[in-house]
Amino acid sequence: MTSPIDIEGGGTSVVVDGDQQPKTKPEEAKQLEGRSPGQLMWIRFKRDRTGVVSAYIVIFFFVIGLAAPLIAKLYGKDPYTVFADERPELFDSAGVPLQPNGGISGEFWFGLEPGNGYDVFTKLLYGIRNSLMISLAVTVATVLTGIILGVAAGYLGGKSDQLISRVIDFLLAFPAQLFFIASMPVVVSLFVSPRDETPVYVRVVALIAVQWFLGWMSLARILRGTTLALREREFIEAAKVSGASPVRIIRREIMPNVVTPILVQSTYMLPAFVTAEAGLSFLGVGLVEPTPDWGQMFSKASTELVMQNDITYMFFPGISMIVFIVAFNLLGDSVRDAFDPKTAR
Amino acid sequence: MLRFLFRRILGSLVILVLLTVVAFLLFFGMPRDPALLMCGKTCTPDALANIHHTLGLDKSIPEQFWIFLSGLVTGRDDFAQGPCPAPCFGYSYHTNEQVWSTLMDRLPLTLSLAAGATVVFLFVGLGTGLLAAWKRGTLVDKSFTAGSMVLSSMQIYFLGPLALAILVYQTHIFDEPDYTPLTDNPAAWFTGLIIPWAVLSTIFAAQYTRMARSSMIEQLQEEHVRTARAKGMSGRYVFFRYAWRGSLIPIITILGIDLSSLLGGAIITEYTFGLPGLGRLAVESVQFSDLPLLLGVMLFAAAVILLCNIVVDACYAFIDPRVRLS
Repeated sequence: MTSPIDIEGGGTSVVVDGDQQPKTKPEEAKQLEGRSPGQLMWIRFKRDRTGVVSAYIVIFFFVIGLAAPLIAKLYGKDPYTVFADERPELFDSAGVPLQPNGGISGEFWFGLEPGNGYDVFTKLLYGIRNSLMISLAVTVATVLTGIILGVAAGYLGGKSDQLISRVIDFLLAFPAQLFFIASMPVVVSLFVSPRDETPVYVRVVALIAVQWFLGWMSLARILRGTTLALREREFIEAAKVSGASPVRIIRREIMPNVVTPILVQSTYMLPAFVTAEAGLSFLGVGLVEPTPDWGQMFSKASTELVMQNDITYMFFPGISMIVFIVAFNLLGDSVRDAFDPKTAR
Repeated sequence: MLRFLFRRILGSLVILVLLTVVAFLLFFGMPRDPALLMCGKTCTPDALANIHHTLGLDKSIPEQFWIFLSGLVTGRDDFAQGPCPAPCFGYSYHTNEQVWSTLMDRLPLTLSLAAGATVVFLFVGLGTGLLAAWKRGTLVDKSFTAGSMVLSSMQIYFLGPLALAILVYQTHIFDEPDYTPLTDNPAAWFTGLIIPWAVLSTIFAAQYTRMARSSMIEQLQEEHVRTARAKGMSGRYVFFRYAWRGSLIPIITILGIDLSSLLGGAIITEYTFGLPGLGRLAVESVQFSDLPLLLGVMLFAAAVILLCNIVVDACYAFIDPRVRLS
């Protein structure tokens, strides 16, 4: 009844039921040979077909994001060319591509964007690239902050714990989206005066900063709890008695024991940041044209020009994002199951 | 219970005051001067100073903050537009209307959106989740979990325009979403909001399917459930009376978070469907550097979040007798 490696979303995995039970026995035998928890996790993960497939999909997205300039070069176009000006014969008077299905042809693989006529294929590639890079940066920043503040609060206890916990409570009461929208222009204005054109990197930095500011609390809270429980354990006490400094205890004794929640949480956080960043660009406060961005493609797709004429354009950002988010969430579930086979969900 | 309420409300008030400070500081960092916007093209330094004075922007920031805070409690009558009863958020710089009455104007739409969607997604989400847990491992379970995985990964800014394009612009089955007050015309109220409700509940329901399923399965393995079964109680009774009650805790937690974000203004939803609710109001207040309005919406949204937190915590005690308040 309690199959040890049971995956949430069991429907999508063929490996879930029944046949898991016997597999754990050789694993326990292996443990006797002496394998590190990391190796065990890796063995369990490799056996989880859903997890491996989703990992490949996620890697695929990161690879095309990284290789976007290369792919665009081979393909021969860039996401900044306004084809409505360059090749007006491809569009009707309203700016909708003349050819059916959004102007998909051998030349324009994913068609042309209604309106300005950007090439959708390269735009999507660069959009994925920009969105993923921003979200990755936000994830790294929030994870680092979460580790530092969470472990500090849990290990030090007392006044610092209270202070950090209060700050967490306070920030959790913020209406996040509202705060993002209100603070984006402020953060941007810290770097450039409102009369000047805002460079792209300033917007990127501002996007990362506001999302980081309200993003680190959940991980910090989890790590605080874990550290608080660890602090009372015997091995920490032993380290203390033998004269280890707090820095050493945190680095050598506590950190290895909180790797699991950090990894699991970050696999859940990254897709959430991707959708949040896309939401901001959708509302017009994130990256703006002509910088390609996943979310900004959605705002293009929700114009009446697209909705009334040809909705093909809508599906490229839409489907790609769903595939990415589903794969990443499944990967997160698999990572969690691999680390902690007891969670029967 | 009373002590718990008192303590939590006090704590929430402190957080609200701190939040006002942050919003104030944020605003004064804003790149645009609201007086410059109001002043128009033919703006002389004199006229600008005059507007600054009428808006009270010539006073120091702590002074302005104090005036704002005391106005919330006692009301103010130093506005050119007329008196402003408590809770006084002042008058909007942009529309010259009282912020509180603007908030109350926009609230019914946000409430209708949240209430309608919540009813649907709770019924559908919990229903399918329970069914999936009941028939665990069968084809029904697998298709539900796979479907909910995909649906919950959808975003409003994709599903919303897609639904609009297909149902409104291409096939003309529905009219564009539009808000009519419920008291004016219930039928128009219903048909105007049906697409936003459907889109919102599709995405939310999928999350609740997953949550209800995993929470139920976890509960069914608990010892008290096993004991109940061993005593010979029927599967159905154990399922609904024992496991269901225990599985409510995580569901209520998430429901509290979702409700607070819906009631505080579902910004992206309202933006997608062009509905003028609190979320739209927030975006407008930022666009026009409208401090009183921005403060109003932010404080309202934060108050809703804090209130939902208190209600959720109180609910825990009702569901699980082991949880003691205080």
